[in-house]
Amino acid sequence: MNNLLVAENIIKKYGDYTALNNVSIEVPQGSIFGLLGPNGAGKTTLIRIINQITMPDEGLVTLDGEKLHPDHIRNIGYLPEERGLYKSMKVGEQALYLAQLKGLTKAQARERLKYWFDKFGIGDWWNKKVQELSKGMAQKIQFIVTVLHQPKLLIFDEPFSGFDPINANLIKDEILQLRDEGATIIFATHRMESVEEMCDHIALIHESNKILDGKLIDIKREYKSNIYEVGLLTDNKEATENYLKEKFQLSEATFKTINDEVKYNIKIEEGQSANQLISHLTSKGQLTHFVEVIPSVNDIFIQTVQNN
Amino acid sequence: MNHLSLITKREYLNKVKNKSFIVMTFLSPLIMVALFALIAYLTQLNNDKVRVISVLDESNLFASDFKSTENTKYDILINITLDDAKKIVQESENYGLLYIPKGDSIDAIADKIKFYSEDSPSLIVMEKIEGTIEDKARNIKLRNSGLDPDLISKLKVNINTNLETFDGVKTSKLGSGLKLAFGGVAGYLLFMFIIIYGNMIMRSVIEEKTSRIIEIIISSVKPIQLLLGKIFGTSLAGITQFLIWVILGSVLMMVVSAVFGINMSEGQMAQQEVLNQVSNNPAMQQELDLVIQEMLNLPLANLVIMFILFFIGGYLLYGSLYAAIGAAVDNETDTQQFMMPLLMPLMLAIYVGFFTVIENPHGTVSQIFSYIPFTSPVVMLMRIPFGVPIWQQLLSIAILFGTFFMTVMFAAKIYRVGILMYGKKPSYKELIKWLRY
Repeated sequence: MNNLLVAENIIKKYGDYTALNNVSIEVPQGSIFGLLGPNGAGKTTLIRIINQITMPDEGLVTLDGEKLHPDHIRNIGYLPEERGLYKSMKVGEQALYLAQLKGLTKAQARERLKYWFDKFGIGDWWNKKVQELSKGMAQKIQFIVTVLHQPKLLIFDEPFSGFDPINANLIKDEILQLRDEGATIIFATHRMESVEEMCDHIALIHESNKILDGKLIDIKREYKSNIYEVGLLTDNKEATENYLKEKFQLSEATFKTINDEVKYNIKIEEGQSANQLISHLTSKGQLTHFVEVIPSVNDIFIQTVQNN
Repeated sequence: MNHLSLITKREYLNKVKNKSFIVMTFLSPLIMVALFALIAYLTQLNNDKVRVISVLDESNLFASDFKSTENTKYDILINITLDDAKKIVQESENYGLLYIPKGDSIDAIADKIKFYSEDSPSLIVMEKIEGTIEDKARNIKLRNSGLDPDLISKLKVNINTNLETFDGVKTSKLGSGLKLAFGGVAGYLLFMFIIIYGNMIMRSVIEEKTSRIIEIIISSVKPIQLLLGKIFGTSLAGITQFLIWVILGSVLMMVVSAVFGINMSEGQMAQQEVLNQVSNNPAMQQELDLVIQEMLNLPLANLVIMFILFFIGGYLLYGSLYAAIGAAVDNETDTQQFMMPLLMPLMLAIYVGFFTVIENPHGTVSQIFSYIPFTSPVVMLMRIPFGVPIWQQLLSIAILFGTFFMTVMFAAKIYRVGILMYGKKPSYKELIKWLRY
């Protein structure tokens, strides 16, 4: 798979403070790339470098194989975390203006805006002033303006902050659809649940360093711990526990069930298989629950950050 | 379409369509004219009141010299004591009572002249009364010494030096004053314009930050384009408003004076009088001819072109400084600390203009300040009527516009860094650090 965007060895310093220390990322064409990290890790700085708002002190960013160039602005759509609109301008005028700044002609912009306004059912906002809009309404306009010029690369910095669940879902679906239509999306956030749902690739930045990156599924494989959640209906709980303890590493598990099962997290050592575990379990009672524990992005995030 | 023209257009339309801008554009001339009309009306009211001053002249030397005028009437009291006179004047609510006692000599009388009144009298009235008495007293003294006052005034010599350059061009002192006045008016106009519209540029630069649209905009355009667009757009809006003010103001002025007939004719009569005086006096006639001659000799085309260039350049330079302040701060309250140092050079320019250029238009100080871009728009404009070689004017213009582009670049740099520092109030030290990023 081709990489649309490659950042190599980016270093950015503000005075004595290093905001990015030798960070490299590769964003594959057509993927949704999650840029994760705690607050203040350097996500926004990296995004600003990609948007050419600031220049890196060292390192190289290429888009589609070309060194980043001012004309590339037309190929990038950026929805910043700190976002707003001109308050005293009318919605339609403002959208036209911002679209023209991205290189669209007025006629093109008008046509595409009509499409999006109809799609979101907000055609009658055209002549409203922005100060009459609610925050959620303004965010919709900002989203439209971000994607209007059909950029190859879309960058969303905390896109869901400020949206109610219904609108957040609407935006999420739009993002997925844009991906299906061929756009590449960078998604910066510290909200892990949305990453879990949407991202194919992630990079984790912590204290100015990239500490993890790759395909989400590969990372999960790497972080899997061979632990299974097990629920077992048995008459003699104590005997069962002692029996299992001899063969496996056991720990208490908490998950919800409707019966009075014994619940364990059982780790399979090397040389043991899941099938063996199941046959041991079924010999002692009725197996009601057997799930491999897959690390969530949240777990990986916390674990990696703490290990560093 | 090019980004700069897009931004300029948006800024211009945004300003011009703004409700308070429209209201102020049309209200300001109304308020101004109303104020002028009010002042004119009040002055007239004041002048219409006739002051009656009673005069009790026991010496019988001066009473005949007090001639009543339209606004001041003298009521000569005879054969009455001072105490009675006081009573009468107080009851009649006259303006006051002038008492001149008997005496052996003029000096003895002069010491004892008194003026009684309810409140302290107007200075102008007192000067007029004192002048009348002094003139009469001097004439009496002259005659007593055996001199003819008429002869004395005939012997008086009036010197009016005729000025001429080595090239044989005649100039006049009055002409020099006119030249200075041209520079003064130009400088004052620039000063006013900067103060009124500089702030508008600053606010417009802060706008993106307060509305938080800054990152969206700055990911599409370069800061320098944004700042230039803002400076141009706001300036155009300012010029539009200014022109409307001038046109509307003069139309209103004409309407008001036509409807209320305020004082315009009186002013003209005063002018007529001066002209009559001038034509009756050959020396003054000559002077006037010289002034007119000199005005025609002024490099008018040069002056007008340079006025436009220096005005634009000066405004853009100061506008870009306001933009730099706007770039450095998050909101208007943080701008205070930067305002004073910004206006200092402008005030300096006005002072240098009025004190140094008047003294010596081509002296070292005047020359230096006419090249420093922060003062050159005012100082150079004041020097040009006195004759400055074209190459010097062009050099000064070049420095001015060069500095303008440098300040915009400097402002753009501050702006770029300032984005990353939301909510931080910048100090000068911080600003210098930002420039090095």
